[in-house]
Amino acid sequence: MVINLRKLPDKKYIMPGNAACPGCPETMGLRYVKMALGDNVVLVIPAGCSSVIQGISPYSGINAPILNIVFAAAASAATGMKAAFEAMGKDDVHVVVWAGDGGTGDIGFQALSGAAERDEDIIYICVDNEAYMNTGIQRSSLTPYGAWTTTTWKGKKEHKKNIPMILISHGVKYVATASVGYPTDFIEKLQRASKIKGFRYIHLLAPCPVGWRFDPALTAKVAQLAVETGLFPLYEYINGEFKLSPIAKRYKDPSKRKPIIEYLKLQGRYRHLLDKPEEIKKIEEYIENTWKLIETLEESFAPGKDRGKKIFDAL
Amino acid sequence: MPLMSLTGNYAVAHAVRLARVKVISAYPITPQTTIVEKLSAMVENGELDAKMVRVESEHSALATVFGAASAGARAFTATSSHGLLYMHEVVWWAAGSRIPLVMAVVTRAIGPPWNIHVDHQDIFDQRDTGWIIGIAQENQEVLDMTLQAFKLSEDPRVYLPVMVGLDGFILSHTRAPVDVPEQELVDEWLPPRRQPYVISPESNYVMGNIAPDEVHFLMRYSMHEAMEAAKTVIKEIDKEYGEVFGRSYGGLIECHNCDDADYIIVITGSWSGDAKVASDMLRENGYKVGVARIRYIRPWPKEELEELGSRAKGIIVFDRAISMGGYGPLYSDVAGTLYSNGGKTSLVGVIAGLAGVDVGAETFKETITSIIHKIEENGFFFEPQLWLLPKDYSSREKMMEVAKRWL
Repeated sequence: MVINLRKLPDKKYIMPGNAACPGCPETMGLRYVKMALGDNVVLVIPAGCSSVIQGISPYSGINAPILNIVFAAAASAATGMKAAFEAMGKDDVHVVVWAGDGGTGDIGFQALSGAAERDEDIIYICVDNEAYMNTGIQRSSLTPYGAWTTTTWKGKKEHKKNIPMILISHGVKYVATASVGYPTDFIEKLQRASKIKGFRYIHLLAPCPVGWRFDPALTAKVAQLAVETGLFPLYEYINGEFKLSPIAKRYKDPSKRKPIIEYLKLQGRYRHLLDKPEEIKKIEEYIENTWKLIETLEESFAPGKDRGKKIFDAL
Repeated sequence: MPLMSLTGNYAVAHAVRLARVKVISAYPITPQTTIVEKLSAMVENGELDAKMVRVESEHSALATVFGAASAGARAFTATSSHGLLYMHEVVWWAAGSRIPLVMAVVTRAIGPPWNIHVDHQDIFDQRDTGWIIGIAQENQEVLDMTLQAFKLSEDPRVYLPVMVGLDGFILSHTRAPVDVPEQELVDEWLPPRRQPYVISPESNYVMGNIAPDEVHFLMRYSMHEAMEAAKTVIKEIDKEYGEVFGRSYGGLIECHNCDDADYIIVITGSWSGDAKVASDMLRENGYKVGVARIRYIRPWPKEELEELGSRAKGIIVFDRAISMGGYGPLYSDVAGTLYSNGGKTSLVGVIAGLAGVDVGAETFKETITSIIHKIEENGFFFEPQLWLLPKDYSSREKMMEVAKRWL
């Protein structure tokens, strides 16, 4: 599927006067969501930066119908909305959750897991800025190893929780990773997901200039570097088939990857470990392990081979 | 109209069926469980055309029905005790959003220690959330109050969610004859769903984003005004329900022997029945005792209680909950009402029946008699916290004996 930007809606989805910080990846991502899915969408937004970005009512900085909801309830509120639309014969409305990494992997995880297990017909997007940014940069379970936050002053001691893999284990129809650095890839994935019925999950990497401590002009670049260094592989899992996204394929080969230091040195949150080779090595090992897992998944869930499907069928 | 033998929980389920609810979501908890079981069966066997979402927690249950209601569907959930506490932040969110919803609360004690028996600690914990809160006395009223809750919640003068309380086991699991209205009559009486706004692609409406502090303040004020308006709507609905279905309960309170009463018992829930029996027994002994059963703790029946307080010699409040370090919650509200009206009436708050400890008509009679004696001996008696301890542990020494055994 090739995305022709000219054929996407030419509407203003993110309005002037919204309350996002300069270089915010969330406004970028939200724009792509609406460009991909059009207007037959309702958004469900739990507590987080996007609750604030909307600005002060009765106005909204996001041109979309939105149900704001308490932190731990995004997936369940979306479930209810979809049930209502179905009960009223409006089956074609896309109910889309837009939640941060905390709202997804931590406080909101129970509701997410429940909705995924029930295969609710919703699209769940985790906009992952790798910490609790709205409260001022505290660590989440999705903060990566070594990153400074205001609750891990010397760097986080644990690696990032792998939510997309956990969702694949739920046996849902669609799981993908995306990055705000590659809008057309993200839009393609949203459009593909929108044609599938059932629970769909997209994990969107969203580098936050404020929390990651980089120049707000570099959001897209940092989002691309995460992919180019092999740290954040882009892939899709559809109905038991796993495949790397075209952009990410070449990074299977370690020699094609950019050195991780290029990614780390742009970000103040890693400043304290730039002169510690053993710490950088740990991150490199993490990348190696990530790709080992990807290879296993590619093999197990290769298109046409049906092995992954068999694994799930056997369970 | 068919008379059925129904538990309180099944009476709830039939009311939900008759209201043609579109989305149901609930998480099992004793003693609520048989509501969700019955509704699941009704949906599966086609008696009720609704979506049943079997969620993983109460927090999700209320969020699911809130999402459904926000999108325009009539929705229902039910819970008890810890489940109610777990969904507490969503309870606030639903009311603040002014989205009509109905929830049954099967009242039950809160742990620790684990206890599944009735008291009112759970439902009184929701007192300040902006939900209309009714508490029924018996199974027929459970059905009627639940059915009325949909009309009340969806009335444009109100637009607040409604909780219907029914006492765990005493009502929830005890069968009684219940007159179940005919569907056609209910369809004529209950209008199609109304709500202040719908969140949909067509409406492009945003709800819940940040508002200026002053607007937030005004939203609280408007909820308070809606509560005041609900007093009129509750009475209207009670009256018209009587005309259509043959049963009225008296609005916010139901009075038993109140007209010439010197002493008024203020109480809510199933044990009001025992209090009424006690009041009949006391009348045989020459004491003019009436029972003002609170049917709705929110909105608070201030006017009715002011009127009763102005002509009674004494008011005796029975609370099945306690704000530890403060008062029983019913007592607090009654005291606030009486003081705002001059505060000359003798007033006693009795704390009893916690954690399902049984209080029968005889106990009511003895307790009330001894309070009346004190009022008549002294001319005035004021006691905000009279603890009616379980009868085997009614002295400090006996309590210490128990404590030693457990420590």
